[in-house]
Amino acid sequence: MQLLQTIFLRLITTAVTLFGVAVIVFVVIRIVPGNPIAMMLPPGATEADIARLSALYGLDKSIPEQFAIWSGGVLRGDFGTSITTRQPVLGLVLGRLPATLELAIMALVMAVLIGGVMALTGTRLRGTRSEGAIDVANGMALSIPDFLWGLVLILAFGVLLPVFHISGRITPSLQLPFSTNFYLFESLVRLRFDLWADIVSHMFLPALALAIPLSAVIGQLLKQSLKETMHLDYVTLSRTKGYGENHVILHEALPNAILPTLTLIGVQFTFLIGGTVIIERLFSYEGLGNLAIDAVINRDLPLIQGIVILFAAIFTVVNLVVDLLYATLNPRLRHA
Amino acid sequence: MSYLSIRDLELRLKGGGRLLRRVSLEVARGEVHGLVGESGAGKSMIGKAVLGTLPRSVEIVSGQILLDGTDVLAMHPAARRRLIGATCALIPQDPLTALNPAHRVGPQITDRLVDILRWPRAKAEARARELLAEVQIAEPERVMRSYPHELSGGMRQRILIASAFAAEPKLIVADEPTTALDVTVQKQILKLIKAMQERHGTALLFVTHDLGVVSKICQRLSVLYAGMVVEDTDVRTFFRAPRHPYSRALLAATPKYTDPTHSLTPVPEAVIATVRAEVAEADRRAGA
Repeated sequence: MQLLQTIFLRLITTAVTLFGVAVIVFVVIRIVPGNPIAMMLPPGATEADIARLSALYGLDKSIPEQFAIWSGGVLRGDFGTSITTRQPVLGLVLGRLPATLELAIMALVMAVLIGGVMALTGTRLRGTRSEGAIDVANGMALSIPDFLWGLVLILAFGVLLPVFHISGRITPSLQLPFSTNFYLFESLVRLRFDLWADIVSHMFLPALALAIPLSAVIGQLLKQSLKETMHLDYVTLSRTKGYGENHVILHEALPNAILPTLTLIGVQFTFLIGGTVIIERLFSYEGLGNLAIDAVINRDLPLIQGIVILFAAIFTVVNLVVDLLYATLNPRLRHA
Repeated sequence: MSYLSIRDLELRLKGGGRLLRRVSLEVARGEVHGLVGESGAGKSMIGKAVLGTLPRSVEIVSGQILLDGTDVLAMHPAARRRLIGATCALIPQDPLTALNPAHRVGPQITDRLVDILRWPRAKAEARARELLAEVQIAEPERVMRSYPHELSGGMRQRILIASAFAAEPKLIVADEPTTALDVTVQKQILKLIKAMQERHGTALLFVTHDLGVVSKICQRLSVLYAGMVVEDTDVRTFFRAPRHPYSRALLAATPKYTDPTHSLTPVPEAVIATVRAEVAEADRRAGA
């Protein structure tokens, strides 16, 4: 019951948040210079042409009026039509969403694995030179942003030592039997490992670029929490029972030390999704981020609105999931 | 022959001062040996050295720790860990931090039996229920399924005592086991430890700064000052006629709650000067 109540309250705050985001985005993209009509008409178009086209898209009305019309549509599940592609926004966005979700989740898994291994090894080898080396590697990974890692990876594993694909989501000549846009997932379900390998080979570098800075953050915090936990009495008691270092770290310290890291992962994952925008551009990956950049360049107002609302919705869902996971892992919160 | 025998143990902070100065002591099977002294005298360090849980900043300079005739300091670390796990146990100071908050209580009692001593799980669980009943915990089943935060401090200390006796150890190190508890609970826990120790015939190394506790539970005691044993004697002799001036001063400094007119007497400066001089003399001889 506690769970349902939590989810219900979260849904209400989510609705309020999304409304706020919608208002801000709607107003801001109409106030900043540049408008879609100017992008669509050839140079030398007359005032009459501009007025006619503005009226066609409803851009001649006042901003509150436009917002009322748009939000009325949204409540009916109609996010409007993209100005540049003339397709429904909802379909465009939902079509691209799986690509970005798969990329973000793959990056998250990689970040947790790399960061976790770094933290555990660093704790196991604490007080040695290897711990120092891990700390230095962590600092480097942290101080270089994801898009720079992207360029480094393209150069290293795409150009100098071409083992991975550096452009697109899948080799275009392949025949795709998919019925959803979750290529990575569906290729596994259909046991098409040839396609799966091709998709992974395309996703690996962009996911790694996104994962490296996050893995450093995870590694640093987890190692710090582990270090503090290793001094606690229950860890000492476990040693006197005859347990070795590995058991003590994994079984006694880790379940407690992981809690602050989990909160951090939740916050950082939303940054990671934001990071997909540039990384997708860099790797020509056909996801939401690439769509977003095109939309902004073309001043495709309905499309920008749709994408931003969707990003905001993803952020709130991620935070909800983290909170629920936190409650599951921490017995002290379970009955509180 | 004594079960635990510490010979000329010297501990030092890495790159720093001496923590223990040629400490020797003997604990016979089934005997309760008290370690008393001010904070920083090194009494806890002795217990940690025996159990192999010294902080990384502390190094063993010289000496032997014999368990039933085997020098554990000469053993391979992994073998030593298993030997300690099978024959020794710790009753920690603070019950609130000594149980892992992420795990249920039951596995924290049975883990040593199952993982180190290779008992079948069912047998270990039966043993845990038996022990919890022995430390007077009602509903052992429910308690074993609980998380530590659901239990009171006194309950948790009982669980830790039960856990310490689980593998029928030959030696238990009790590191100020009543210091963190309420005064009312202290007495019960002390009685419980005493009763369990007698019933199981376990040797007990009892670290405390409370001479009142020593008089109730110990047969022998070692008085420490600055990492040096200044007196090692049986409890009766100690309370009747302490030999060392520091012991006498320590005894005089113990508050007597039965006598309201008694006021606290700190250890006199002159006594401290004497014992400091002895420590310096010992250091000089060790250096020479």
